[in-house]
This record gives sequence, structure tokens and C-alpha cells, in this order.
Amino acid sequence: MRRFRDRLAYALGIFCVIIAIVPLASILIEVVRNGISSINLQFLTSTPQSGGGIAQAIQGTLLLIGLTCIIGVPLGLVAGIYLAEFGDNKFGKTIRFLNDVLTEFPSIVVGILVAFLLVVATRSFSPVAGAFALSIIMLPIITRTTEESIKLVPTSIRDAAMALGIRRWRATISIVLSTARAGVVTGILLSIARISGETAPLLLTILGTDFFFSGWNQPIDALPLRIFRDASLPSAVARQQAWGAALVLILIVLSLNLGVRFATRGRPSVTRSRI
Amino acid sequence: MSVTEEILAKESHKQARLSQLRRLVHPSTDEVFEVLSTVIACVVIAILVLMAAVLIRGSIPALSNFGVGFVTGFDWNTIIGQETYGVLPYILGTLVTSGIGIAIGIPVSLGIAIFLAEMAPNSIRAPLSQVIELLAAVPSVVYGFWALFVLRFWIISYVETPLSSSLGSVPLFHGSPLGLDIMMGGIILAIMIIPTISAVSKEVMMAVPSSQREAAYSIGATRWEVVRMGVLSYSRSGIFGAAILGLGRAVGETMAITMVIGNAIGPSAIPTSLFKTGQTMASLLANEFNEAEAGSLHLSALVGVALVLFVFALLINVFAQLMVWKVLKVKAGAVD
Amino acid sequence: MTISIQLAQVKPEKTEPIESKIEMGKYKVQTDKLNAWFGKNHVLKDISIGFLENDVTAIIGPSGCGKSTLIRCLNRMHELVPSARTQGIVLLDDSNIYARGVDPVSVRRRVGMVFQKPNPFPTMSVYDNVAAGLKLNGVRDHTVLDKAVQRSLEQAFLWDEVKADLDKSGSSLSGGQQQRLCIARALAVEPEIILMDEPCSALDPIATAKIEELIASLKEQYTVGIVTHNMQQAARVSDFTAFLYLGQLIEYGETTELFENPGEELTERYLTGKFG
Repeated sequence: MRRFRDRLAYALGIFCVIIAIVPLASILIEVVRNGISSINLQFLTSTPQSGGGIAQAIQGTLLLIGLTCIIGVPLGLVAGIYLAEFGDNKFGKTIRFLNDVLTEFPSIVVGILVAFLLVVATRSFSPVAGAFALSIIMLPIITRTTEESIKLVPTSIRDAAMALGIRRWRATISIVLSTARAGVVTGILLSIARISGETAPLLLTILGTDFFFSGWNQPIDALPLRIFRDASLPSAVARQQAWGAALVLILIVLSLNLGVRFATRGRPSVTRSRI
Repeated sequence: MSVTEEILAKESHKQARLSQLRRLVHPSTDEVFEVLSTVIACVVIAILVLMAAVLIRGSIPALSNFGVGFVTGFDWNTIIGQETYGVLPYILGTLVTSGIGIAIGIPVSLGIAIFLAEMAPNSIRAPLSQVIELLAAVPSVVYGFWALFVLRFWIISYVETPLSSSLGSVPLFHGSPLGLDIMMGGIILAIMIIPTISAVSKEVMMAVPSSQREAAYSIGATRWEVVRMGVLSYSRSGIFGAAILGLGRAVGETMAITMVIGNAIGPSAIPTSLFKTGQTMASLLANEFNEAEAGSLHLSALVGVALVLFVFALLINVFAQLMVWKVLKVKAGAVD
Repeated sequence: MTISIQLAQVKPEKTEPIESKIEMGKYKVQTDKLNAWFGKNHVLKDISIGFLENDVTAIIGPSGCGKSTLIRCLNRMHELVPSARTQGIVLLDDSNIYARGVDPVSVRRRVGMVFQKPNPFPTMSVYDNVAAGLKLNGVRDHTVLDKAVQRSLEQAFLWDEVKADLDKSGSSLSGGQQQRLCIARALAVEPEIILMDEPCSALDPIATAKIEELIASLKEQYTVGIVTHNMQQAARVSDFTAFLYLGQLIEYGETTELFENPGEELTERYLTGKFG
């Protein structure tokens, strides 16, 4: 009887794993199956008007990634350095805690914050507003992974640097950070994967459009936003476009994720899930 | 005084004054670095404070207009002259869909976590964990899109239609099973929070010292009994924390839920049946924010909704983090 | 006014008041009533010791006697640990490095250190490792750097083995080579003193021999202090030896004299292996 329960538990465990994997497999299969027919050079390089493509969405996503990194990466790096170097006191613990709270915050609220401050006031959507919203999402991730990576650098390396007679901040930036760079880069790439897929804040800050970038005060498009809009249109053409866009987005996100996991296999992980 | 003490005293006095002055005028670069990095680390505090401030300020018109009725009312009328805004349906929508999400998500996640942490052979544990984590990497909008065009039909065929035909008289299952409803919302949320809950639970379980397991094995327990006696009781609060984290994720989820929930407004958004269309706070914001006029009462009401969501998310996330931190700090303490 | 040093002649059980005074102009590095703590733990008690210029001084004693802490006080590395504290005087060329207003960074430039486990910077090449100290102090001129790198590697007996490929990663070298790389790295900033904390304990006998040879050649230009738990090594390489026990300096003197005719019973017991 006891052995039966043991076997049952094992079987249930496998069953649960399957329940989780089936959606993942289905998503991947369906996106590839439906989207592959859309993917061709024209699709990737023309706008909906000019050739039924999503080039403006790709452009928008790339532009947003670039802007967001410019804002979010330096801030995240410095905040992460602070936590690793000076953060062992109560204040540091508070910052770390709040940082973790911000990591899982509803992105729509972030979107509303930025929209209220930048969009509603100026009555215009803009890529910069979108970038600010995304960088609020990116910041806590990079802060955490930077801190973890720096903490993995052995004390002996830090000692060797200090013993050479250089200032502490120099030792941190030039030597410790450089030693930790694999982990730091991992964090940056994973946060890029995360923000590429964010839609809610973009809905409120860049609006989406069918056209290429046309000015800093104009709406732009982005892949996840395109999928959202096309999904709500009744036409089959729009739906096909959405599958294609979904495929492109999944390719970007998964290749970043899998690439990072592959490159850091065997090394201690700096991205403790959700913590 | 000995020569030594004389030297020390003389140096001390002179240098102390000098170095005090020097530090005021020329702070060492190390001190500048520390101050600068502290300031930047405070950005995270600034963001949260700013959020609270902006949301409160923006919602004052609506809150002062409707008072407590804002939170307890369930009418939502945007027509000028007849405006009334009540958030209750959406709060309920959020709670019900998230509730379904964790009702389905917790057992499945627990099963996965137990399997991976305790039962799986070492060779497949890591790759399988990676695959499950990949679920978290899929963008929310892709989940919604897939749910809309693939999952929905499965659920309609295999879940909703059977339920509707057999239990259709029960109020919980009233309405036509069209797949754009509270049930779909709950199901997609469940799928999306599984990686979160299972990953954290797994980590909490793996933090249980092996002495606990060994004690159970040594009295002849089977694998499952070891888990039940040695691991689960120890990790209870951590798993609870994981579940709350999952709840937090579900509450804040926007895109996927917006695409499958059906966009109901006002009293008809009250979740009385699983097959009714509904609305969560997040989906309402996604659906209506861009339509609202700047400076209008409608906009203010929406900001009010965002404020309620903010409070929910803050409380849930803080509570969850506290629970998980506590458990993992104990682990770190035990290991050290 | 010259005052002679009266060395601590105490047994660990009871302490007599120490009459130690400073002798100016004789030692490169000199401590006077140096005390050090880790939190509440009093690890060094009234140490008064001197290192003569261009000589090798060995510090021996059983584990936990405070040897590493002592040399880490000499280049103000001890204070980098959060709960650490020092008290007392350390004179470098007759000026107190612990005086208020002295910049610890400048002290560390003059006093180089090599650690127990070789720790080359893992993401840097051999060249960059050696040049690190110079580059981070603002030296940019490549000819200057090239010369310094070559000089340091030659002094560390490593030049011939790596000159063909200075760009290869520092961590791709063998253990003994890595330690010599660390020595070269310390030498590149042209310190006046080199402190070594059990530099050979992680190395095999052949690598150890190479480093001992290296130490003998270093003393022509530098003052060397070496902490070692290997008494035979101390006897081989050093001119003076200090024996520490439970944070106190038990005996100090010329190496041959100390090993053949230890003045203290405790020293003799340690040297004959009765504990340690």
C-alpha cells in the first residue's frame, strides 16, 4: 500500500510536469506552424501599408531596446555595485527588498505612471516614454544580477587588487566588475529578453502605429504591441500578420534566453528565479 | 610619557585637525563613489514613491466625487452627465480569476516542485527545470494570442461544453461556453504562474537540510513519505510564500487576461458565473486608458483603479517577499 | 636619543610590561606595540618587531598565531575586513603609516603583497595582469608599460616561460607560474617591501624551489617578509626569523642563531615539532 502511494506520487509528479510542458510545446509548435508562412524578406522589411509586413514593429522594438538599455543599464549597474559593496547594512537590505518587490510589479501600473507623467501631460505618445517605462521594469533585474555577480567574485581577487595600492572604487570597477562581467552581461541579456515581450506599458506610452519612426513625439510600433492589435482585428490577414510577428518575437526572446543558458552552463547562476 | 606615546600624541593632534579639514574640502574619490552609488540605489525607492504619489494625485477627483462608493460601487458609466464609477466588479474579477489561477496553479506547481526537487533522477532534473523556467520567458501577449486562437477551442470542447451541458443549471456554470470568459482567464493565469510558484517552491524544498531527509529514510520511509514528513512540513512557509508570489503575478497580469476575458463593463462584469465575460482591474486599464480624455473624471477614475491595483500588488508582493526571505535566510543561516 | 630594543621575553601565560622602544634609522619596517583585533578577538598583542632592509625576515608559528594578521597590518590590509581594528605604531622608513591623515592606498603601493593561493586576475592576460597596478595608477604609455612588464616578469623568473605569448590568459598558467605571475604583478609597481603570506603552501616542491630561488634574488633590491608554516623553508630562505605564538612575539633573531640555539623554551619546542 505504501509503495503504491509512493508510485502514485511519482506518477502525479510526472503528470504535473506534463501539464506544464504541454502549453509550452503547443505555443512553440503553433507559433512556428502558423507563423512560418508569413516569414519572408518582404514581411520583415515592409510596413503593413507598403507590403503587408511588420518592419516598423521590428524597428520599434529595436529602438526601444536601445533606448531602454541606455537608461536602465548604467543605473542598474551602479545600484547593483552599491548593494554588493556597501549594502550590508539595514539601508541596503531595505533597498534590496524594495528592489525585489519592484521586480514583479504589474507592468500596467508602471505604464500608467509614465503615461501620466509624460504622455498625458504632453498629449503625445513617444518612444522615450516607452523607454522610460521599460527601464523601470529592467532596472530591478539588472540591479539584482549585477549584485549577485559581484558577490561571486572571490575575496582573494579583491585583496590582490587592493594590495596593489589602488583606490577602492577603481578596484571595484576595473577589476571586480571585469571579473564578474559574464554574470553582469547575462543579467543584461535576460532583462532585454524580458522587456522585448512587454506590452502593457507600451500600450499606454507608444500607442502603436503602422509606420516607421517619424519623430520623438510620435507613436512608434513594437512587436508585442503589433500582436495585440492584430489579434483584436477581425481580418484573417491581420491574424496571419500577428502569427508572423509572434514567431519573430518568440525567436528573439527564446534565442536570448537559451543563448544565455547555454553560454553559462556549469557556472553558478546569478538569476535566482523570482527572488 | 614614553617616546612612543609622545610621537603618537603629537601626530594625533595635528593630523586630526588637518584631515578633518581636508575631507570637507576634498572628499576622497572613494567617498564620492559611495555617495553617488547610494543615491542611484535610491532610485528604486523614488520609483515606488513616485508611483504612489502620481496615482493618489490623479485619482483624487474621482475619489472625492464618489468617496467610499468608488470602491464599493459597481456601476461604470462614462457618459458625461451620468458618470458614475465603481471599482467593485473589477476587484472581484481580479480576485476570482487570480483565485482560479492559484487554485489550479498551486497543486500543479507543487507537484512539479516535489518531482523535480525530490524524485527526479539527477540527470533530468536540471534540463527539466530549465524547460519549465522557459515557460516564464514567453511574453504575456503571446500567451494571450495562443489562448485566443488555440487554447480556447480546446477548453470549449473539452471543458466548458461538457460542464455547461451537465451542470448548466448551476449558477456557477450559467451562460454559453464561448471561451471568452472568467474561466479562460483563470486557466491562462494558472499556466502563467506555474513557473513562478514551482521554481520558488523547488528552491525552498532543496534548501531543506539533508539531515531531515536522512532521518526519515533511516526509519524506512518511502520516497513519498520522506517528502511528506521530512521536507514539506519544513518548507511550508516557503511554499506559502511562493504561492503568494504567484498570486502577485496573477493579480498584475494584464495582456493575456485582456485578450481572453471578454471586456465586460459595470454590473455585468461581476463574476457570477465562470462562463460570463468579465474584467479585471488590469484589463480595464488596458482597454480604456487610451480612450479617456486628459483631465476628465473618467481618467481620474481609471487612475483610481490603478491605485487600487497598486495597493493590492504592493501588499501581496511585500508579504510574499517577506515570507520567502525569511525561509531562505534561515537556510543561509543553517548552512553557514 | 638612541634607545635599544628590548625584545619581548615572555611566556604566553604571564606578561611582563614590555619596555620596547623604537630605534630610528635601523629598520626598513618597524612595529611598536602593535595590537590587532577581529571584533572582540585580540589576535596580535603588543608586537614590536623590525625588518632590516634588503634582508629576508621569516615569520613562523603554529596555525592561528597571528602571522598573516601581522603582515596584513604592515600594508594596512587588515583594516579592510569589517570588524578589524589596529592599535600601535608601524614605521616605514621611520614614519608612522598609521598616523592620522596617512592614505592607506599610498602605503599599499610601497608595500607589496603576495597571497597564499595564487590569484591572478582571471579575465586578464599575462601582460594585463602584470601591468594592472601601473595602468590603474594612470600609466598609459605603452613603451613604459612594456618595459615594466618585462622587467617584472624577469625579476619573477617567469619571463622566458611566457614571453612568447603575453596575451594568453593569466589563469591558463600552472600553479607555480601563476604565483610567479602574482609576484611579477606586485613587483611592477616598484614597491620597497614585498610581503609574502605562505606563498608556496599551494604549490608542489619543484615550483616551491623556484620561488625560494626567486626570493633569494629579490632581496638584493627589496626588503622581503615571508610568513611560512614550513620551518625548513624559513631556515633556507631567511636571514632573520620571528616566532609568534598565540598573538605574541616569543623570539626574534638571526635565523641560524634562532634555529640552532633558540633562546626560549617555547621556540625550541616548536622547532623540534613538539607542537604546531
